[in-house]
Amino acid sequence: MTHSMSVDEKVPNLEEESGGRFVGWMSRIGQRNWGKDPEEPEGTDYLVSLPRRVVTLWLPLLVFAIVLLFPFYWMVLTAIKPNGQLLNYQKYSPLWVHGPTLSHITHLLFHTDFLTWLGTSMFVCIVATAISLVVSVMAAYSIQRIRFRGSAMVGNLIFLAYVVPPSILFIPMAQVMINLGLYNSRWALVVTYPTFLIPFCTWLLMGYFKSIPYELEEVALMDGATRWQILRKIVLPLAGPGLISAGIFAFTLSWNDFLYALTFISDSDKKTVPVATLTNLVQGDVYQWGPLMAAALMGSIPVVIFYSFFVRHYVAGMTGAVKE
Amino acid sequence: MADVNIVDVRKKYGRTEVVHGVNVDIKDKEFVVLVGPSGCGKSTLLRMVAGLEGITDGEIRIDGRRVNELPPKQRGCAMVFQNYALYPHMKVFDNMAFSLMLAKASKSDIEQRVKRAAKALAIEDYLDRYPKELSGGQRQRVAMGRALVRDPSVFLFDEPLSNLDAKLRVDMRAELKELQRRLSRTVIYVTHDQVEAMTMADRIVVMHDGVVEQVGEPLELYDRPANTFVAGFIGSPAMNMFPATVRRTNGAPQALTDFGVALPLPQGAPALDGQRIVYGVRPEHVVPCGENDGVPVTVSLVEPLGSQTAALVRFSEDSPEMQLLSAERLTVRPDEKIWVRPALDQVHVFDGDSGVRL
Repeated sequence: MTHSMSVDEKVPNLEEESGGRFVGWMSRIGQRNWGKDPEEPEGTDYLVSLPRRVVTLWLPLLVFAIVLLFPFYWMVLTAIKPNGQLLNYQKYSPLWVHGPTLSHITHLLFHTDFLTWLGTSMFVCIVATAISLVVSVMAAYSIQRIRFRGSAMVGNLIFLAYVVPPSILFIPMAQVMINLGLYNSRWALVVTYPTFLIPFCTWLLMGYFKSIPYELEEVALMDGATRWQILRKIVLPLAGPGLISAGIFAFTLSWNDFLYALTFISDSDKKTVPVATLTNLVQGDVYQWGPLMAAALMGSIPVVIFYSFFVRHYVAGMTGAVKE
Repeated sequence: MADVNIVDVRKKYGRTEVVHGVNVDIKDKEFVVLVGPSGCGKSTLLRMVAGLEGITDGEIRIDGRRVNELPPKQRGCAMVFQNYALYPHMKVFDNMAFSLMLAKASKSDIEQRVKRAAKALAIEDYLDRYPKELSGGQRQRVAMGRALVRDPSVFLFDEPLSNLDAKLRVDMRAELKELQRRLSRTVIYVTHDQVEAMTMADRIVVMHDGVVEQVGEPLELYDRPANTFVAGFIGSPAMNMFPATVRRTNGAPQALTDFGVALPLPQGAPALDGQRIVYGVRPEHVVPCGENDGVPVTVSLVEPLGSQTAALVRFSEDSPEMQLLSAERLTVRPDEKIWVRPALDQVHVFDGDSGVRL
């Protein structure tokens, strides 16, 4: 899952500040001003000397960054590395590429059905997300606001549905898909993805709806709005960030699904990206690493684009705040 | 005509009853204030009139029509909330126009009515702004404007001034009262502030623990409180109240307080010899006097308020304190000994057990 590290503007940007101080320290090294900058005290920062900061902040950050980002680096590297270098670790360093090539990417795009797979994934994910959002909004609103008898129980049942893992469900689900005649079609996925998307989105939206002051809906009731109008004109506009969060989560979850996509679709040209990549680019025990990593790279781009677009709203949605 | 009749109304949450059989009759165009401490049920009652809470038992009639089963929009009420509850994603104009838009009124009609309401509340300049760009007082006006636009038969206010600072509250009080007079509508106003109640109401309903303690005009509640609760709630500083026993000897009747001081009772006080009572007298009705006229007390604290002086006095070392409020400057000092007497015609006598006025 990709998301940026810190969007909270209230946390001081320690990196920039400390970086400046480090340079200042270096330049003052002759004056024995060890880590203390008397011109910039900030709270009790002045008590933290630089060596301490290296150990408690910089080192962990470095380790963290390496561990998190290395797989992506490796992925990009492998995608543009010529085959010769990929297979020979004695001669060529695994951490660098000499003379990068686009051949893997072109092979992927033009000699396989990658674009078809991409299209299928997009279609399935967008439709499944849309269905899930619509249903979740209605479920979350009715459970949270319309206090019908048994609403608490229904809410709990929805969570319990989420607890049952797909690895148990996929076999009976496959049978259901066969019975419905949806086996081996993208519609099988469109129909089954909501089974795990809806519980999660409902939970998220319930929490978000709870943060919208109930008085707004009471006023709307007195103004003469029906429940439906309240939902459309008051609650949904205010729940924008929550909807975006739920949407992004749903999209990512469905994009990354492997088990159902593997089980329900057998024709190669109807598969989604994760499954197709594996079945087509791995023949027996021969792994076409270059195209594989290229596929992984290209397959993660849509999600990255989505996230970077909406990350500001996404975080607001997670904290569930409605500003009055 | 928009009378509101609240007939024997009860409200239960699960098994807990919070409103116990309330009866209030509000006449058309009357400004009625429901006042009481937190948790007394006044807001719940208001919301039952509005239709935001169900009525467990009893009946509410608006304009002679039973409204128990009617949804809020059909009751002809408009409500102003304590937190204003403005739609944050709409401009002020749209906030005020929302109800008309839902009712599918024509664009010109909407514009005319919104502008008229905005003019009445002096918010025409803000019509294009969003709620978060307004100050508290401005938001309050927009909330009132939104109610005004709907042209309801009954206005309901739920502690609308509680979130404003003291000076703004005083200004808005006068404006609200003036507005109501001009518009001639029925108003039901909920507050916990007895000053608001006293200054704005035609009639006050004092509530406590889900029951109505007394209904009456402000001065009636001040002059003749029906029980010790109303006596202690209305009027600031609060009335002095001391448990006592009546002593009727040959001379004037007296009340012997539990801490041993004999306070004078009016001749016609309806209490028998030996009866337990609560003796009540307001701080503004206790006056300093000469040595032979009154009761000796020692001054504990003096609070000069400018035109008035408040003083706390005690009768003896371990007696409870009594509050005085004098309309003139008192040149007394702490630990000074003075004599005071209560104005006999302003003494209140309550039953010692029930607190009911005798």
